[in-house]
Amino acid sequence: MKGVIEKNISPNEIVSMCEHVYAQGDRMQMAYAWYPEKNTAPEIIYISSIKDQRPFHAYRCQLNNDKKITSLTNASPLLGWYEREMQDLFGISFFDHPENVKLVLHEGVQSEYAPMDPNYPREKLISFSRQPWQLAEMKNPELQLLPFGPVRAGVCESAEFQYLYAGESILHFDERLFFKHRGMEKKFEGLTPELGAILAQRVSGVGSVAHALAFSQAVETACDVEIPLRAKQWRVILAELERLYNHLHYLGHLCHTTTLKVGEAQGKILEEQLKQLNAQVTGSRFLRDIITPGGLRREPNIEPVKYQLKKLQADILKYCNQLNNTNSHIDRLIGTGLLTNQVAFDEGATGPVARASNIATDFRLKHPYASYNQNNFIIPVLEAGDAFARMQIRIAEITESFLIVEQTISSLENGFIFREFKTIPLSEGLGWAESARGGLFYAIHIDTAGKLARVKIKSPSFSNWRVFPFTVDETNMMDYAINEASFGSTVAGCDR
Amino acid sequence: MPLWTLIGLKEGCATLDWPEKTGKNGQEDVLGMPRFNPEKCLTNCTRCVDACLPNAITRDENNNLKVDYGSCINCQLCTEVCPTGAMTKSEDWAFGVFDKKDLVWEKNSQHKIKKTEIKKDFKQSLHIRHVDAGSCNGCESELIALTNSIYDMERLGIFFTPSPRKADLLLVTGPVTYAMHDALLTTYEAMPKPCWVMAVGTCAVSGGSNGGGYACNQGLENILPVDVYLPGCPPNPAALITAFQLFLGKIQQKVSGGQQNDTL
Repeated sequence: MKGVIEKNISPNEIVSMCEHVYAQGDRMQMAYAWYPEKNTAPEIIYISSIKDQRPFHAYRCQLNNDKKITSLTNASPLLGWYEREMQDLFGISFFDHPENVKLVLHEGVQSEYAPMDPNYPREKLISFSRQPWQLAEMKNPELQLLPFGPVRAGVCESAEFQYLYAGESILHFDERLFFKHRGMEKKFEGLTPELGAILAQRVSGVGSVAHALAFSQAVETACDVEIPLRAKQWRVILAELERLYNHLHYLGHLCHTTTLKVGEAQGKILEEQLKQLNAQVTGSRFLRDIITPGGLRREPNIEPVKYQLKKLQADILKYCNQLNNTNSHIDRLIGTGLLTNQVAFDEGATGPVARASNIATDFRLKHPYASYNQNNFIIPVLEAGDAFARMQIRIAEITESFLIVEQTISSLENGFIFREFKTIPLSEGLGWAESARGGLFYAIHIDTAGKLARVKIKSPSFSNWRVFPFTVDETNMMDYAINEASFGSTVAGCDR
Repeated sequence: MPLWTLIGLKEGCATLDWPEKTGKNGQEDVLGMPRFNPEKCLTNCTRCVDACLPNAITRDENNNLKVDYGSCINCQLCTEVCPTGAMTKSEDWAFGVFDKKDLVWEKNSQHKIKKTEIKKDFKQSLHIRHVDAGSCNGCESELIALTNSIYDMERLGIFFTPSPRKADLLLVTGPVTYAMHDALLTTYEAMPKPCWVMAVGTCAVSGGSNGGGYACNQGLENILPVDVYLPGCPPNPAALITAFQLFLGKIQQKVSGGQQNDTL
């Protein structure tokens, strides 16, 4: 695989591989499986970062025909969900898995072949009979159980939660996601990279740019394409515009949960103004359908970024400052939804959530892509780990985003925005991007005909939804909505 | 500490005059469905057909191009690969219709446009229950935008309601995943009758790029009876408001034969 430092290991070496990664002071990033050939056993690829090293490391492990391997979840808890995903979608079994229940597919799914197995009939809807969610057992009559979802109040994404509580305090919280699992990764199979980019932007709508970027970079790495500098710079501008409207939505929604009504209204007006600006720049309010492998599909309109954004910048920074000085708002945030540094690191928190718990991770600086290496900016990091810190990180990032856009505009290279290329059969590549919610990976494998054979998506929300329940137990009901909003995760990205 | 009430008052009114009065609707430069001009189309060319991810553009047995806007995800790729300009970019995004047939391109469509079936009693206040049946969150982002001060949907007597018991309209987004199928039907059954269903976004209308496969249906087809279809990826807030007005009988349907006719 290109773009990484690669090593082949056997199934009995994986435990020492994992220990080696953690001994170097860094952690696993993700793990996924794929079928190199139709009727053989799948291969698992573990991706890790090594502290202060730019390239990611990939450990490839070809499974034996019994499709069994030791679980690494005890050594690296964040791998728990990746292993359960491989169990559901590839039929791989993991020994000694501490949380050995279904995750991506719900209880009640029946199928002869696992859905990602090449023998699974294409386009066949999986057979399913709905099973009740196993709720926590409770004997004390003073305890109450509140199941909530998957259809929740208001315009919400579908997900199910249960709260075991006494009066105001939550004793135990559990989540069931993947109601929105659409099998997106399988839909990439057989597509050209150009159409793959269109599909990637429909995995998580509010992360369209980040998904297009990570996907395109993976293809470009696999096919040894160096895209023109102007295209890279435009990608940076688009990625920062996406971060801006997402962060403004986040701030507005957070005000909604603390019932700061005018703050909510102002935040959502600013978000809308940014979305309208997006449309003027690219023709799409979500900045969609402009990034493609090889560069950009058309030249975006630079005028709104040069002029209108300047005016909005003043309004947005003023708004952020007002929020930071509103006691009634920050009183509700301080100490809410505490995420310790240890849990954030072990369970795989990413993006602003990780940075608010003192983990200095940001792909833009640590593993630079596009033209971020030409920008001069900082990654804000805080120690507190509460909802307030998570908001402050976002506010600080808004300032940095404006800075990055300004630097990039002023150094924007003249020239082409697209380079034609041929896909290299049987090539593989890893691409990544720091989306508004954190680290996003695309791993792609190209087949003999130059089409996509396997695409793995690791979205930031997949990481952060795993972390979220650790911040809920032993808090109170009144703070729950604030805490959920302070994470700002999407369900669509997580469920895929 | 900031005086928020004062800040809000100082900002003045952010709400659009549209749609009650003519004026800007906030969607300047938003690209919509590509326009098809068959006179420019080459007989043996399949470039747009090959570039269409959701198969909205196909060649039929007589080698005629069939364009179904119910499957279009507005990716604009067909407009870029077309060598003759038979497919061009447009800002036609208000594609709400009562009958899916109206979304298929047809020359001089003779298809009779249906009128809204809802009674006068419902026209002044419409309560909507939204169900996310597996969307990418793009549609939700635009639905949430309807409640911001710029569009302020409630001024038009249209409300989102948390309870299906209070809802008149079930608004569905997403291609309907296997896991959301039952929850969607349960929500529908909990609604007092008569009630109506609106399919919002190309996924809910036809499956679009995300439907099918092992985990998804092809939108609401064969799952619920749909009264209004609104394709778009995602439909923007003004397109949503236009579709609600269409449903409430406040405006006429503007799309027939897959073409938007603004003179109607």
